[in-house]
Amino acid sequence: MIYETVVGLEVHVELSTKTKIFCGCTTQFGGDPNTHVCPICCGMPGTLPLLNKEVVDYAIRTGLALNCDITRKTKFDRKNYFYPDLPKAYQISQLYLPICTNGNFEIEINGRKKQIGIHEIHMEEDAGKLIHDESANHTLIDYNRCGVPLLEIVTEPDLSSSEEAAVFLEKLRETLMYINVSDCRMQEGSMRADVNVSVRPAGSDTLGTRAELKNMSSFKAIRKAIEYESKRQINILVGGGMILQETRRWDEAKEKSFTMRSKENAQDYRYFPEPNILPVEISEEKINMIKNNMPELPDKKRERYIKEYGLSEYDSSVITSERNLAFIFEKSVIICGKPKEVLNMITGEMMRLISETGQNADDVKISPEKIASLVNMISEGKINRTVGKEVFEEIFRNDTDPEKYVTEKGLMMIEDTDLIEKTIKYILEKNQRSVEDIRNGKTKAFGFLVGESMKALKGKADPKTVNELLKKLLIK
Amino acid sequence: MNISEMTALETAEMIKAKKISVKEAVNNVIDNIKKNDNKINAYITVTEENALKDAETIQKKIDSGEETGLFAGVPFAIKDNICTKGIRTSCASKMLENFTPIYDATVVRRIKNSDAISIGKLNMDEFGMGGSTETSYFGVVRNPCDTQRVSGGSSGGAAAAVASDEALFALASDTGGSIRQPCSFCGVSGIVPTYGAVSRYGLIAFASSLDRIGAIGRDIKDCAAVLSVIGGYDTNDPTSVKNTSLDFSQCYDGNIKDLKIGIPENYIGFITDTEVKKKITETIKIFSSLGAETEFFTLPLSEYAVAAYYVISCAEASSELSRYDGIRYGYRSERAGNISDIFVNSRSEAFGEEVKRRIMLGSFVLSKGHYDDYYKKASQVRTMIKAEFEKAFEKYDIILAPAAPTTAYKIGENISDPLKMYLGDICTVSVSLAGNPAAVIPCGMANALPVGVQLIGRAFDEKNIVKTAHAFQINTDFHKAGKGVV
Repeated sequence: MIYETVVGLEVHVELSTKTKIFCGCTTQFGGDPNTHVCPICCGMPGTLPLLNKEVVDYAIRTGLALNCDITRKTKFDRKNYFYPDLPKAYQISQLYLPICTNGNFEIEINGRKKQIGIHEIHMEEDAGKLIHDESANHTLIDYNRCGVPLLEIVTEPDLSSSEEAAVFLEKLRETLMYINVSDCRMQEGSMRADVNVSVRPAGSDTLGTRAELKNMSSFKAIRKAIEYESKRQINILVGGGMILQETRRWDEAKEKSFTMRSKENAQDYRYFPEPNILPVEISEEKINMIKNNMPELPDKKRERYIKEYGLSEYDSSVITSERNLAFIFEKSVIICGKPKEVLNMITGEMMRLISETGQNADDVKISPEKIASLVNMISEGKINRTVGKEVFEEIFRNDTDPEKYVTEKGLMMIEDTDLIEKTIKYILEKNQRSVEDIRNGKTKAFGFLVGESMKALKGKADPKTVNELLKKLLIK
Repeated sequence: MNISEMTALETAEMIKAKKISVKEAVNNVIDNIKKNDNKINAYITVTEENALKDAETIQKKIDSGEETGLFAGVPFAIKDNICTKGIRTSCASKMLENFTPIYDATVVRRIKNSDAISIGKLNMDEFGMGGSTETSYFGVVRNPCDTQRVSGGSSGGAAAAVASDEALFALASDTGGSIRQPCSFCGVSGIVPTYGAVSRYGLIAFASSLDRIGAIGRDIKDCAAVLSVIGGYDTNDPTSVKNTSLDFSQCYDGNIKDLKIGIPENYIGFITDTEVKKKITETIKIFSSLGAETEFFTLPLSEYAVAAYYVISCAEASSELSRYDGIRYGYRSERAGNISDIFVNSRSEAFGEEVKRRIMLGSFVLSKGHYDDYYKKASQVRTMIKAEFEKAFEKYDIILAPAAPTTAYKIGENISDPLKMYLGDICTVSVSLAGNPAAVIPCGMANALPVGVQLIGRAFDEKNIVKTAHAFQINTDFHKAGKGVV
């Protein structure tokens, strides 16, 4: 029998609001342990949660980007469980009336388009972090992350392979970064996913028993885990066994999943409505306002760049893969009007420098004005391409002003043809043999003379001019 | 000058007029505590040193002619579930025996701004769970009128302190009757404002949707004055309401001629003590004689209120009290080898019987398979009870009811029968579910013990309650006669 894999995702995304979801503490990643905390996020007795309105706005924006219905009266609920990193011993989350429901998100797999259903999106608070110090045999707790706003995006079980899951997550990440709700950094834990995997005979329309995989911290791990889990389940079925509904932990080092708890031992979270937060009413005006201020989504941008700037499909998807790259590209093009040149500079020099310096494309701060002015200098022939690369690196690393730099370093092209002619004459005198060769029909030496002349001119002359003058002088 | 004869507002006047010093007022109260509290046990913590220091500061302010607050120099006390910065706040539990908050509750901050002087923290049922203050880890509070009897609860310490001149007024809380019933048992006045009229920030939760902070005092005027100081919107409590009007200056003309008072007949039926019934009947007659129109009606859904109240309050309590896990603050068991041990042993050792009972009850009604039958149904009953009150208030300005089915009972009499204890809340829990404001004022003695009457108002209409209670108190002296003698 042929089996097919069914995958559903629960993606947790930390929102990039300035402050936490229920207090005024900063959401900044890192910081000394327990310095981004206050009585509210530490759950001190008597404190009450104050809902950060920005979180609601971010959730609505996300819901609109994923084509969801926005719940007009959304409520919070308590999810009760004991764990040291959860200071109230309950997480304020949403069960009964989540803020977004019933959405869909289009992905492309091998040129084929596929709609992935979004079951719901809900808002909740993050927990702290345990730090196990085995040398001292104790565990410490850092509550800095406690209360950082999270969105949980729950898909329908519409994904049918590890590849689809990976494509979905990549595109979701791109979109969330575009609409500026999260920096989606897996390595910092600001994007994490739990994966539900089941298998069924190909073509069947009933779902198999699923296993929920936790503890995935990279796209690579998610892909591997789905592949492993789907194989494991198929092997069980083929061997005549039964799949148990359970939660499994993915061990990244061993590349295997292990049972965490079975369905019988599933936790009862005793959800009930959070009495301290009033229901949030969301008006039509609010939704419209957020809709109207919605940044252009990557798909739209890709199409527009092809149409407006004449980019190839490939170039357009490269430049729009990161919101910040597209931002720098578009701003520079608006100033200088030369999309091809700007594109080459970003996909060439800039990408190289980003990987060399180990930065995130999202963190790059470079002035589009300076890029535009550099592009103009090159295309106006004021400097050559080699110099252009050097100047770009200066802009990238030190925010240097390109015109000033070129002037100060004397990198401007030599436009004085008398000087160029004089230099060529000098080269010809020094290389009489080559001149003879050319006159005897050995044209190979021409290139050599051009090279020598350019060298003497320190590369600052237009090669075309050098060519023409050299020809002229040789004829004489 | 003996301030035991005076209300808090009168004392404030005397202090302002420099007829007595702040130190005298404070010492008077501290002397009473030293003399009597070994018998009554109203206080968990007395902050004498701080009080005397504050007395000096306030006196200087008065002497230098600086502007002072409404309660300048008046000694008061705070129920021990309201957070006080730097002063132990125990909730009368072993769990928080050594817990010192790092911030002041909003009500504490506001009352301090009125220059009142805190004398200390008051005894109560553990986490507010009880109606007799017998569940306190720090021992039972004895009724100043008869020390063999309970003071009521959970604010037993607050009512007993005011009744025995150990504080001129008290900040207390009421979840299912915790201000109203002890006021009735101890013969003092108390008021619970509408849910949302006073900030709960800093009140250690028992059940967030039901918890309210109110005041206990010698008369309704004192209680109203305290509300005017502590009430109003607070950015730290999202359930507190904007534009509340807690200015009671127009409530004291004594005229209740146009007032319509409804008396739910079934509530009279809740009274199990014939002497109490007699006092309530007499009280109704007094209101009629003062010109109010009185009429009997029924609130049939109140029969279900105790059940609904215990389901909801226990459900919330099971969650609110989860944070006491032995990790960050509070009690941690010595027997704590692993994380599960820390949770289980700390909680098993530090919570009292009644608290554990309610946590288990609450966990049960929220568990899978039972939520719909219990929690959800109780919430629906709550909505209906609220609607029933709203409908009654279309017709009546005030609803008059007993505050408790009996007078103060003997210590130990009911504690081993939780169900009987819970049924003792039948006169107060409907109002808790509905969130309406209510006052309790003394209305006479039965079996040589105080009896209080409950006056319930429309949501955010504390004024009518104060006006009605005040009219009663300027024409009677039950609120003076009920004074405890130890």
